Amino acid sequence: MTWRVALVGIVALAVAAGPWVTRVQAAGEIFIPLLVYRTGPYAPNGIPIANGAIDYFTLVNERDGGVNGVKIAFEECEDQYDTKQGVECYERLKTKNPVLVNPYSTGITYQLIPKAPVDKVVVHSMGYGMTATADGRWFPWVFNFPMTYWSQASAFVKYVAAQEGGMDKLKGKKIAHIYHNSPYGKEANPTLEELARRHAFELTLLAVDHPGQEQKATWLQIRRLNPDWIYISGWGVMNQVAIKEAAAIGFKMDRVVGNWWTGTEVDVIPAGDAAKGYKSMNFNAPGAGFKVHQDINKFLYDKGKGAGRRDGIGEVLYNRMVVNAMLNVEAIRTAMTKHGNKPLTGEQVRWGFENLNLTEKRLEELGMKGMMRPLRVTCENHEGNGQAFVQQWDGKKWNVVSDWIEPIREVVRPKLEAAAVDEAKKLGYTMRDCAKEK
Amino acid sequence: MSDLLYMVLVAPFKDMAGAPAFLVEVLIGGVFAGLMYSLVALGFVLIYKASGVFNFAQGVMVLFAALTLVGLLERGAPVVVALALTVAVMVGLAYAIERVVLRPLVNQPQIILFMATIGLNFFLEGFGEMAWGANVKKLDIGIPDRSFIVRGVQINELELTAAVTAAVLVTLLALFFQTTRIGRALRAVADDHEAALSIGIPLKTIWVVVWSVAGVVAIVAGLMWGAKSGVQFSLSLIALKALPVLILGGFESVPGAIVGGLIIGVGEKLGEVYWGPLVGGAIENWFAYVLALAFLLVRPQGLFGEKIIERV
Repeated sequence: MTWRVALVGIVALAVAAGPWVTRVQAAGEIFIPLLVYRTGPYAPNGIPIANGAIDYFTLVNERDGGVNGVKIAFEECEDQYDTKQGVECYERLKTKNPVLVNPYSTGITYQLIPKAPVDKVVVHSMGYGMTATADGRWFPWVFNFPMTYWSQASAFVKYVAAQEGGMDKLKGKKIAHIYHNSPYGKEANPTLEELARRHAFELTLLAVDHPGQEQKATWLQIRRLNPDWIYISGWGVMNQVAIKEAAAIGFKMDRVVGNWWTGTEVDVIPAGDAAKGYKSMNFNAPGAGFKVHQDINKFLYDKGKGAGRRDGIGEVLYNRMVVNAMLNVEAIRTAMTKHGNKPLTGEQVRWGFENLNLTEKRLEELGMKGMMRPLRVTCENHEGNGQAFVQQWDGKKWNVVSDWIEPIREVVRPKLEAAAVDEAKKLGYTMRDCAKEK
Repeated sequence: MSDLLYMVLVAPFKDMAGAPAFLVEVLIGGVFAGLMYSLVALGFVLIYKASGVFNFAQGVMVLFAALTLVGLLERGAPVVVALALTVAVMVGLAYAIERVVLRPLVNQPQIILFMATIGLNFFLEGFGEMAWGANVKKLDIGIPDRSFIVRGVQINELELTAAVTAAVLVTLLALFFQTTRIGRALRAVADDHEAALSIGIPLKTIWVVVWSVAGVVAIVAGLMWGAKSGVQFSLSLIALKALPVLILGGFESVPGAIVGGLIIGVGEKLGEVYWGPLVGGAIENWFAYVLALAFLLVRPQGLFGEKIIERV
């Protein structure tokens, strides 16, 4: 009987211990909920994501005493990358008056989009979520800067064209898009289809069901099709298996390009040397050589306050979430220029997001020059003016192998605006006049 | 309408006839994938045979075995030592499960035992993560992963190795069940717990043995799937791929797990490659279940399951 009592005691303690990382909110602070997935099948991606965000928020608190003196409080809620659990987390943490939320999942983002204007909480889906929400006239509360999936897909096509010798050389080329069979995975398809029509390349769409552990049928079709280029929109184990399968059939790895969620360290590890040459899109530079990393080491890890392992600093997803957290902080800072250095409301922070202007100079001050492109967000354009680049795995690390690539905005933006009308109508929204908000 | 019928009933077969080498490649891919599913299904079958329990935790056992093995390898253990230690861990786990989970629940309804394996599933998942971490780990025990071409048909060495391993494992298990004393005792327990006890068959020992064997099967499955995708928590989801195999092959038959795996593997690959494009692809997951359910209409007990006749 004694061991049963002990077991019950241990379980009770574990439950009472609550979330992993919490910086308890005090009066005079800004609260940001963290919907994380440190457990479950997507944990290898979720851990660096959570650590990057926490490290940057903690750095701002430790090094700068907060954002203009206002500290950031945050609390993790584990959702296992499950949409239902993510929404539950949001609802639970909503009671703490958050000003913004980063869903870290396209599925969760879709669920939070209708809640944002009601709850007055900004949704920042950085490089994921619903592309149509980039039209700020229809979706004032949702931001997806610095780029959307559609812009990314167009940048990929531009990269392929550059490798082939020009946009006119795309004609007759075969491109296969292997995608996670989910709203996320399908996001790039309309853009790729439009560009295939315009530039006369042959596009083949191949869906892979969750979780993507078995992809033999997909790669048999690739074998038969023998495309010139492969673009992958995957997540979790789908990425590792896809890269291994590509290598196993002897496909040229430097012609396999993942999207920016298909190009992390964990994606290439299982394939070992066979992954050498594999490429992916990105919008934040990899590596731990930036000034911000020195600060993270000095103010956090040297003092035992880091969220994760020191050797995780500089990983692709870690850096992405450092950038994500920095953009959150800079939006809050922008809002403070109008509303003062005090805890702000969601409405005030929304204004900060919409007027964010991150210059090269500011990036240098933040120790992040070269880590991302300068960014300007407007009332109309919640995607901003971001650009992407291509990185390549050399067996040990990611190397940047292209210049910054401007998306094909003349194709993406009209489609995006049309989609925004459709999506907004479903929600009963009306278009606002941005001219009146300046 | 006639176009649709042509696309469904004629075009795929013309496609097959037009590219026979590719068809062979699809079939081989299906056979290899099916054997990989069988490896997982075997673990379910063993435990169901011995105790009538559907072991919800079988997928996590595969993950736990692979995590233990790769964890030991990462700490510098030679492959043979790491394998031996992993076997020891899985036998220890079997003993602990019998002592802590099964023994207190003897004579309880099957659903209670099933619920207990759900609890075991979450415990092993959490414990495994705590002990070995959640990162993706490369599993390299020297199995080659290149492809070679035979008469225009590409064959992957890793998949070939997995297929041979599965075949050997099934042969050994069949011999174990048919020819050894423990194997016969196990079959007796599967037929009737109380009758087996009345003639002196030690139920507790049998349970430990069968969970240990299921643990060893989990190691082999973990090795093969781990080499394919890296060792990570989604390995536990491969149980989903074993379910249609079990529905088709029957929960109590080792040969059923193999034949079921082959039919599911080949069926889903043919379905995905030749009929999938008609509906936008990604049909193989649910197509496997459709295939299994279609078989159930004809043989409700599965291909090799025992037909249960009860007096009412």
